[in-house]
Amino acid sequence: MDFINHQLFIKDINVHIDPILPKKTAIITHGHADHARFGHDHVIATRQTIDIMKIRYGDKCAKKFTPLRYGQKYSIKNYDFTLHPAGHILGSSQVLIEKNNHRLVITGDYKVGKDETCKNFKVVKCDTLITEATFGLPIFQHPDPKDEIQKLIQSVKINRNNCHIVGAYALGKAQRVMNLLRQQKYNETIYIHGSLEKLCQYYSKEKINIGKFEKVSSKDKSFYEGKIIIAPPSALKDRWSRRFPNPIICMASGWMTVKQRAKQQGIELPLVISDHSDWNELLDTIKKSKAKNILITHGQEDALVYYCKKQNLVSKPLSIQGRSDEEIE
Amino acid sequence: MKKFSSLLHNLILTPSRNTKIKLLQDYFKILDINRAYALAILSNQLSFQFIKASKLRELVYEQVDQHLFDYSYDYVGDLAETISLIWPTNKEGKSQNLSTLIENIKKIKKSEINTEFSKVLSELSNNERWTLIKICTGGLRIGVSERLVKTALADLYNKSVNEIEEIWHGLEFPYENLFQWLKNETSKPKIDFKKLFHPMMLANPIDEEKDFKRLDANEFQAEYKWDGIRVQLMVSSKSVSLYSRTGDNISSAFPEIIESTKGDAVIDGELLVGRNFKPSGFNDLQQRLNRKKASKDLQKKFPIFIRAYDILFYKGKDLRKLSLVKRRKYLEKFQKENKTNLIDLSFIINFSSWDELTKYKNNFHDDLNEGVMIKLKNSEYLPGRKKGYWYKWKKNPKLVDAILMYAQRGHGKRSSYYSDFTFGVWKESELVPIGKAYSGYTDKELLVLDKFIRNNTINKFGPVREVKKEIILEVAFDDVFPSTRHKSGVAMRFPRIHRIRWDKPVNEVLTISEFKKEFKLS
Repeated sequence: MDFINHQLFIKDINVHIDPILPKKTAIITHGHADHARFGHDHVIATRQTIDIMKIRYGDKCAKKFTPLRYGQKYSIKNYDFTLHPAGHILGSSQVLIEKNNHRLVITGDYKVGKDETCKNFKVVKCDTLITEATFGLPIFQHPDPKDEIQKLIQSVKINRNNCHIVGAYALGKAQRVMNLLRQQKYNETIYIHGSLEKLCQYYSKEKINIGKFEKVSSKDKSFYEGKIIIAPPSALKDRWSRRFPNPIICMASGWMTVKQRAKQQGIELPLVISDHSDWNELLDTIKKSKAKNILITHGQEDALVYYCKKQNLVSKPLSIQGRSDEEIE
Repeated sequence: MKKFSSLLHNLILTPSRNTKIKLLQDYFKILDINRAYALAILSNQLSFQFIKASKLRELVYEQVDQHLFDYSYDYVGDLAETISLIWPTNKEGKSQNLSTLIENIKKIKKSEINTEFSKVLSELSNNERWTLIKICTGGLRIGVSERLVKTALADLYNKSVNEIEEIWHGLEFPYENLFQWLKNETSKPKIDFKKLFHPMMLANPIDEEKDFKRLDANEFQAEYKWDGIRVQLMVSSKSVSLYSRTGDNISSAFPEIIESTKGDAVIDGELLVGRNFKPSGFNDLQQRLNRKKASKDLQKKFPIFIRAYDILFYKGKDLRKLSLVKRRKYLEKFQKENKTNLIDLSFIINFSSWDELTKYKNNFHDDLNEGVMIKLKNSEYLPGRKKGYWYKWKKNPKLVDAILMYAQRGHGKRSSYYSDFTFGVWKESELVPIGKAYSGYTDKELLVLDKFIRNNTINKFGPVREVKKEIILEVAFDDVFPSTRHKSGVAMRFPRIHRIRWDKPVNEVLTISEFKKEFKLS
């Protein structure tokens, strides 16, 4: 582990993982803005992550791109890198670094549960595991997303004169909600906030079933009665949402587990749909990785560090600058 | 139980008052005994003797690692919610009625509470568990006041909410007479008003800018506002009883009042500690509060008296519809007829302009009053905090600049934010904490402070974060007393954050000895 520091920087070969500031070589785990940034010289990532970065920041957001398939080896000096599915969003990956028979895995953001919008997570055995801990408290036990999406479908059926605005992050969560609706046989057109359009088109192009969608436009108010609209969370409180008829404000997020959180944010219909692992999945992953050395990046690290120590695993938190302890995406 | 818990779930998440009323009405439309239980719960009239917050903690520690629970509780900031989420999920048992469940819990023997109540919790769904724990710990805090519940009932059956309010304290579970009357099957329940606690009339804070322009000073009179506890004294030839503002009978804690009071009346007043009707401060009063009984010794050391503000009944006559001025005449009559050395009358300040009253408010040197009450001369005695009748006008608070030292996450609506702040002043080259505040700031200031704390933590002690000593808070407080319990030797009354002093460097903050001098503590 001594070859990588708490900023996920390998000094020896000048490689960063998910750096916040522009760097020479950056391995990017996935396309969310707190991991994928503009301005690196060389970006190494899955093809889909690179596509997403180009959609969000433009074709020239890095000088050079190296796309890697899952499992495809990329070596710099005596460091071997491979990417493995993280199940977080389309293109998301874990990074396995092998050096002198030491295997180190950086999970990035990951979820263990099934998801049709991306390749599903696989545990990678290693000596050192650097795991996220967004939901690193035992209160977080994510329910079956199908049950959660049914709550939305039922509410739409009952409240025919209202429109439902679902807050969901533009990349990943929005498309997952759409896909879950399709899995539950909701076949109506889904209306989306303008900022989601390009990413939804990309998901469609990648053959993810998100069904028929349309950008909201200045149609008559009553047009949106009984419809589902998906928007980034920031738009929920914005003037933007006032144009809709009797909106019921929903939010798809793991944070919705806590009622007080939902209430604080003015959410009337919380949907506990998360793209991160819950407590039990974090523990399970730690166990299955067989790692003896556990480092915990961002999230609720205290409880997880405590738990690992009790299991006689070496464990400590890494405080990575620029990641708040309440990561959203 | 499923139905009731989803009612609570929806109520807590609904911002709209009308939707809340509709949700309540939909529930009250059910015609069985469950609605009586719901009404008792929503109006805080149901509680379990053995199952309090401390018991629940004990139970949850049997189920999960104590540290993991504490981390979680710190994060969630709500005991009921933390327990309901962290409790190991078993297979859900057969779903039970609200009424059956509550009756079954009541039957649990004290000696079996740990195993039996844990079993109940294990068989419930997450949301039901949350509901049940909320019921046990009392005070639902779901954004539904008693008044709103009554309004929902009144609207559902085309009655006026005031009619319900009037008889409310005379009603008992399972409220059959109430529901029958609501449905027009019987006449309004007959209540013996004299024996009943009457909800008190409360004041709204005055808005100096708006209200003084709008209101005519000649229509008002004023009284000093005392910092004691508000009480209702019920006297008859047969018995004397004393109630707190919330309607709790506190007679046994103040036997000297019960023994010495004569007459036939219901009096509204302030209970204070002091000799010869000279109040000696809230610190002394605290020695008499939260005690079930008062020893002779305690009675001697901290003598009490009541400063009477108002009278609701006199010799069986209901005075509440009379004007304040007329009621005062009755109060004076009562006082003359039943002189005791434990009741005096609140002084009436007459004034002809708001400017004149301002002088009263500011010139009164005695630190023991909190400001003035401004009352409409012809106001009836109305329960609750009705607008337009009584106003309170507090003295300007005391202010001190102190340095933010520690922070903790808040509870309830501030959960997840670092919103409880400990602040201190200098003692030589170190800081010594002088108080803790968790209110007063604006939402914007809270966000700024929360962010500062997250980015400037230098130490963690469990849930408490020590921060870099960079932020100066201007703290407002009502009073400060010497204290042996605190390291600094001082205890503040009602400290709150007044503003953040971005302009002041930390080395200009007072030392503890300067602080004590300024507030006359040494």
